[in-house]
Amino acid sequence: MYGSGILKGLGVTFRHLITTFIDDIQWLGRKRDVDVFQQKQSLANRGLVTVEYPDEKLAVPERFRFTPFLVTYNLDDPDYPGKDWCTSCGICAKVCPPQCIWIVRGTDPKTGRPKPEPEQFYIDIDICMNCGYCAEYCPFDAIKMDHNYELASYDRTSAHIHDKARLSREIRYWQSIAPTTAAEEEAARGGYDHTDVQKARKKAGLEPSRPDPRLAKPAEPEPVPTPVAVTEAPVAVPQVAAPKAEAAPAPKAEPAASAAADSETPPHPGWVKRGRRWIDPNAKVEPVRRKGKVE
Amino acid sequence: MTDQVLPQVTDLPSTIAALKERFPNAVKDDTRSGYEGVIVDTACLQEFARVIRDEYGFNYLSSLTAVDYLGHGDHLEVVYHAFRVPSGGKPLVFKAQTDRQDAVIPSLVSIYPGADFQEREAYDLYGIHFTGHPNLKRILLWEGFEGHPMRKDYREAYYEQETKPFDSRWPGGHVFRGEEYNPFGHNVRYPAGFTLDDYKPVTEAEFQQGMALGVDIMGDPAFRTDRLLVNLGPHHPSTHGVFRMMVALTGETVESLEPVMGYLHRNHEKIGERNTWYGNMPFTDRLDYICSMCNNLAYAITVEQMMGGQVSVPYRAEVIRVLMAELTRITNHLWSIGFLLNDLGAFFTPALYAIQTREYILDFFEATAGARMMCNYMRIGGVYKDLTARIRSEAALINDRVRDMDTMEYLDKLINDRLPRSIDELDELLSESEIIKSRCIGVGLLPAEMAIAYSASGPLLRGSGVPYDIRRANPYSIYPELEFDVCTRPNGDIYDRYCVRLDEMRQSVRILKQILPRLKDTQGQPIFGGKTSYSIKVPAGEAYGFAENPKGELGFYLVSTGGGNPWRYHVRAPSFINLTPLGEMCKGQKVADVVAILGSIDIVLGETDR
Ligand code: SF4
Ligand code: SF4
Repeated sequence: MYGSGILKGLGVTFRHLITTFIDDIQWLGRKRDVDVFQQKQSLANRGLVTVEYPDEKLAVPERFRFTPFLVTYNLDDPDYPGKDWCTSCGICAKVCPPQCIWIVRGTDPKTGRPKPEPEQFYIDIDICMNCGYCAEYCPFDAIKMDHNYELASYDRTSAHIHDKARLSREIRYWQSIAPTTAAEEEAARGGYDHTDVQKARKKAGLEPSRPDPRLAKPAEPEPVPTPVAVTEAPVAVPQVAAPKAEAAPAPKAEPAASAAADSETPPHPGWVKRGRRWIDPNAKVEPVRRKGKVE
Repeated sequence: MTDQVLPQVTDLPSTIAALKERFPNAVKDDTRSGYEGVIVDTACLQEFARVIRDEYGFNYLSSLTAVDYLGHGDHLEVVYHAFRVPSGGKPLVFKAQTDRQDAVIPSLVSIYPGADFQEREAYDLYGIHFTGHPNLKRILLWEGFEGHPMRKDYREAYYEQETKPFDSRWPGGHVFRGEEYNPFGHNVRYPAGFTLDDYKPVTEAEFQQGMALGVDIMGDPAFRTDRLLVNLGPHHPSTHGVFRMMVALTGETVESLEPVMGYLHRNHEKIGERNTWYGNMPFTDRLDYICSMCNNLAYAITVEQMMGGQVSVPYRAEVIRVLMAELTRITNHLWSIGFLLNDLGAFFTPALYAIQTREYILDFFEATAGARMMCNYMRIGGVYKDLTARIRSEAALINDRVRDMDTMEYLDKLINDRLPRSIDELDELLSESEIIKSRCIGVGLLPAEMAIAYSASGPLLRGSGVPYDIRRANPYSIYPELEFDVCTRPNGDIYDRYCVRLDEMRQSVRILKQILPRLKDTQGQPIFGGKTSYSIKVPAGEAYGFAENPKGELGFYLVSTGGGNPWRYHVRAPSFINLTPLGEMCKGQKVADVVAILGSIDIVLGETDR
């Protein structure tokens, strides 16, 4: 019959229409729950999969690469607070395909000889093609790919050249956005510390690497680290240990928050709940700093 | 095509020996180390081409490109790769050399119409005059461009240094922006005597002159109409990017059509020659950005070919490569089929269904390679990293939603359930629709002989009934041990191309089902067998590596002088060469069908314009 093909096709679109409503009814009122979201995004889903950006966002997987950032020691590190991991060896600048990394190698003011620390480090984010080579080839785990893809700004001439201050993030940040990879890298380094620090400590007759600070103080309910970071909420410290729970001996502070209270578990350690949404209390720091730079 | 006399001599060395006998002084072996094929005297190049086509069955001129050997003999060289289609086998490589100052080479368009755009490109970028070419003018650049940018002595406005890495980056890297040194409006050079005020783009008369009009238009002779010149594009949603078609119309009927391209030209090849060998990998992502995994693969196998014994790709890496390539084929065909209805004028329902399924594949790419489209996943000698154990995300932004899935389970469900289901659904939605059938069947015809002559490849070629698939004709990776059929359809119209894509997706699923157990068996095995250093050197020589991309044959012609950068980096882009027969396919069709025909070729402008 002429037209049967069209009808068959319309049947498909009709089916889609119906499944969308079934979906809506099924998840009535729970649309934004974490587990429902996961269901809706799964392969089994037949209804709508739309993610309502920016009210909700799809968190990106660990390997996701956007722009690079530089790793430093945590600002509250007892021995090397805020020390750069980069040794200004220049490999990332050489391997970078569009050549958007500029490094000024550090020199010792006394001897005038090069020292393993960058004096300046620039990345032109407009040119960066997000290839990830710099992170892949850096021998010191000092440059990593960030997950923050929301980089819009009003001024392209200066705001898009990120300098060392803008690029630097604490190692804690990397551990939080890519826990598995960070753990693998730590294992490959032979400990939490930077390879050069490990060597120096060995020379000095110390234990080569200190334990990961996230594991060091698991039990204290009210930790008292010196909060050097401007707005780094100290709450972050005990909760970060959660993903490590099955690998390391489980710290007792881990409450058996179970699936029942899933929506009460923060999607990311350290986050607070505002209304129905989880908010990163630190997130406000960024825009303020950027604004200051533009002026 | 079918009743062609098959050549007596089928293996390549004896063919070459016979040809050398036939052309005693004009055909010589290419004796440079690392090179293959023969060098043909320009005086008998056309005769040579005719002989190899008619008597030896090399009926398909796949790639034609030029190389500037400045400082290495100071000549320009045009390199041809001719294949036997559909029987397959290694290409016959022949070369013609000419002076740099006065570069003239006889055109092969009369023998291989598929040389048309490629010769124009070589003229545009290298300034080689192809005598006898019917329409020799610039193709990627505009007329007001000075010089031929692929020549080795050409320097671009933002020129910094011959090859990367640039010395200014480290250790004294004081940042600057290229723009500061090339202020807008002062970074363009024009040819001598060229003034912008006097510049007139091609006039209608010139245009029609260049297009050898004179087709018989069927129609009512009593209906009198003017010939009308219409520009479709460059800014038009139907053109799949910034692409223009100049169409001469009589009434609604297309009398002739000429594609105009280059709006997205960035001289990818020049960038490629400045880049290091590794540096080119992420740039290949940007060619056909729907299929970056396949582009990576083609580039990787070409460089691996040149490195010879220095790298060996582990089995698991090959398995993962095929997994990625076939998933990419599905994403590409989903995209292409989804947009077919857009091209016919019904917007986005099938496209969105297709894109939704594509998203699942991209999710997997993102978790494995780190990006959805610009994957940069293959490495010379393997792949970047093994699959993750879980596809899971970490919240980093406000309102992030987290997912956590087991990778193998996910792939299993994807391949065994979701993809077949989606393909069937598209099939049900579109294949039997009377509207689609009446718009597509018999429209945009490309007969088999013409498809071969015009060097069409991929679904365009197979939709014309030519069973030529590089995965079978010149197998690479682990395709020989996988079971799949080469899909063809006999009629060579839009509908058949659509059907070929649908069939190919099913075949890809079939391949993927064979890949799954191999993935499980090889778990934990190495995935990289190349050099771990951040800069590699490639032995001197040339290589043409090619792979069956979703859109057709993607080839890389690379020349190395032994250093850390390619001397020549050429991309044989299927989206570009498949456009060669577009004009022929559209002749005599209605103007509304032009868009559908273009859509059925399936181009991506990132690759067309390079
Ligand atoms: S490769 Fe790593 S250590 Fe070397 S300069 Fe780059 S970021 Fe620093
Ligand atoms: S991600 Fe790639 S392009 Fe960006 S800075 Fe790193 S190496 Fe360069």
